[in-house]
Amino acid sequence: MRIGSTVTVALRALKRNKLRSILTSLGIIIGVGAVIVVFSIGNGAKSIVEAQIAALGQNIVLVNSGSFNQGGARSGGFGAGTLTPDDAAAIVREITNVAAISPEVRSNSQILANGLNWQTQILGESGDYLNIRMWPLSEGSMFTEQDVRTVGKVCIIGQTVVKQLFPDESPVGKVLRIKNQPFKVLGVLSAKGLSVQGSDQDDLVIIPYTSSMKRISKQTMLRTINVQASGPDILTSVQNDIIGILRERHHTTPQSDDFTVQNQVEITQARTATTETMTWLLSAIALVSLVVGGIGIMNIMLVSVTERTREIGIRLAIGAHGRDVLLQFLIESVVLSLMGGTLGILGGIGTSEVISYYKNWPTLLSPVAIVVAVGFSAAVGIFFGFYPARKAAQLDPIEALRFE
Amino acid sequence: MPAVVQLDDIHKTYSSGEVEVRAVRGISLAMHKGEFIAIMGASGSGKSTLMNLLGCLDRPTHGRYLLDGIDVSNLDSNELADIRNQKLGFVFQGFNLLSRTTARENVELPTLYSKHRRSAREMRDRALRCLDIVGLANRADHFPSQLSGGQQQRVAIARALVNEPQILLADEPTGNLDSKTSAEVMGVFQQLNNEGITIVMVTHELDIAHYCKRNLIIRDGRLVSDVQVATRNVAEVEIRKLQEAEAEAKLTD
Repeated sequence: MRIGSTVTVALRALKRNKLRSILTSLGIIIGVGAVIVVFSIGNGAKSIVEAQIAALGQNIVLVNSGSFNQGGARSGGFGAGTLTPDDAAAIVREITNVAAISPEVRSNSQILANGLNWQTQILGESGDYLNIRMWPLSEGSMFTEQDVRTVGKVCIIGQTVVKQLFPDESPVGKVLRIKNQPFKVLGVLSAKGLSVQGSDQDDLVIIPYTSSMKRISKQTMLRTINVQASGPDILTSVQNDIIGILRERHHTTPQSDDFTVQNQVEITQARTATTETMTWLLSAIALVSLVVGGIGIMNIMLVSVTERTREIGIRLAIGAHGRDVLLQFLIESVVLSLMGGTLGILGGIGTSEVISYYKNWPTLLSPVAIVVAVGFSAAVGIFFGFYPARKAAQLDPIEALRFE
Repeated sequence: MPAVVQLDDIHKTYSSGEVEVRAVRGISLAMHKGEFIAIMGASGSGKSTLMNLLGCLDRPTHGRYLLDGIDVSNLDSNELADIRNQKLGFVFQGFNLLSRTTARENVELPTLYSKHRRSAREMRDRALRCLDIVGLANRADHFPSQLSGGQQQRVAIARALVNEPQILLADEPTGNLDSKTSAEVMGVFQQLNNEGITIVMVTHELDIAHYCKRNLIIRDGRLVSDVQVATRNVAEVEIRKLQEAEAEAKLTD
């Protein structure tokens, strides 16, 4: 018997039981759909992480104030509060390959302008910060080292702050009040959107770190020192130099360090590793659903074989070989699973689009995921369809014809 | 003229568990082209087993079966399937049509499994020709559920004819039909036989057997009677009689 007519026979059988065919495929539809969605979201996340790491700037070494354990009082990251502006000055002074540096202080505050108010993050930085982060302004200009030295009341603001406080006008040259002190807006940052963690990266005000320490947060210690090395090859050496200087200044050993120093490569690896782990974890769950879907197909195919025993008997009696019957049922289950696969891909693409539209989350369709999903669903069809199909093919025509 | 079917001392023994059932115990007979044979016997006589052997659905435990000159006693199941497809046509008691499949597609079914590759058009034309022979050309696109019992059985006969078999095997073809429809179906068989087709049927109804030319009686797995029918029923006559009886019954009501 020709494959073509076997396919026709199989399709006809499936068409006779439309609802059942669709319900049978549902497991595969959900499984494949889930695989596609997970991979799209995972890829999207990866692209965000990559963009974010690129946005960190180039050749960056991050010095974070670390955990500490002194006299039994313990604290996690950023808890020690032992990094000082002097540490930053020492790094610049003693390491030749530092291209730029920006000590960082963070706090939150209510800010006012135009009779509107808004709670936002106040970031204290140096004038080099935007260069290090490669974050362009959309309007105006950045404050200068002069402003840092003079503890100037100047700021640049993110797009969200513009939206909240200056909805109808350009904020450049206007004044906003932070803790009741007037700060002149010098520039507006270009939009960045959401971070991987879902926080709004445009909801901030940047002021000179000196101004933050003396006027706003009243903190005496730095949270982070952003250091830019002058080239990619010397990242590790700069990192090691910084560690040396800070150990000397803080009188610490590798066991008692109250700071952490990471270079960009390490940060990249850490962040992409997380999203990749998540993608694979979720894919594993989706694969389980594919297997469950496959068992569903096997179940229905077994029912179908029993139900159609007489039909199989007729076919065998009039000259079908066992192989013809085997092929017919195998094709049915493969068609079921491929149909599920196709619908699942469409559903997955649709869901990804909806997620990216409503959640403002970029999703990247992965051709690999599609190929894997199709291949896997065909394999599921063959694997779980084989046993019922063989059962059908091995029926004795006399018994099968007598079957009520 | 060589026999279409030649059985030499055929035995069939089933062993279900410890009990041995000797269903057929040494039957020898010859069937020739153009014969119209009824095999009769009580239930359990072995006539169904003999029919399964004749139909190459089963292999004899012992003995030799020549079908159209070929020894089919020792063929494997795929070879038997090809023999069934090419040389035999089956008509069953329960019609055994595929439901939700049109009459024409049902008739096409054996050509799908045929070793000869035919185009879809060719298969379709053959199926329609066979439906025409049984007088159902105008019902080609009907589903079995839309046809009467007699019509369904005629579709089944068309299906049996589609590969131009050597023998038509019918297992109680009128078992599920009333007497008038039975006569109609027997009419189709007689017409086919007149055109030269060899027909073997199993029945337990004597009047049905009288439509045939030769009657065999099986008892306890042995052939006990083999006679030519002296006064054959003719379908047209029987149908007319039944119609008259019917009309009379209506008048007296």
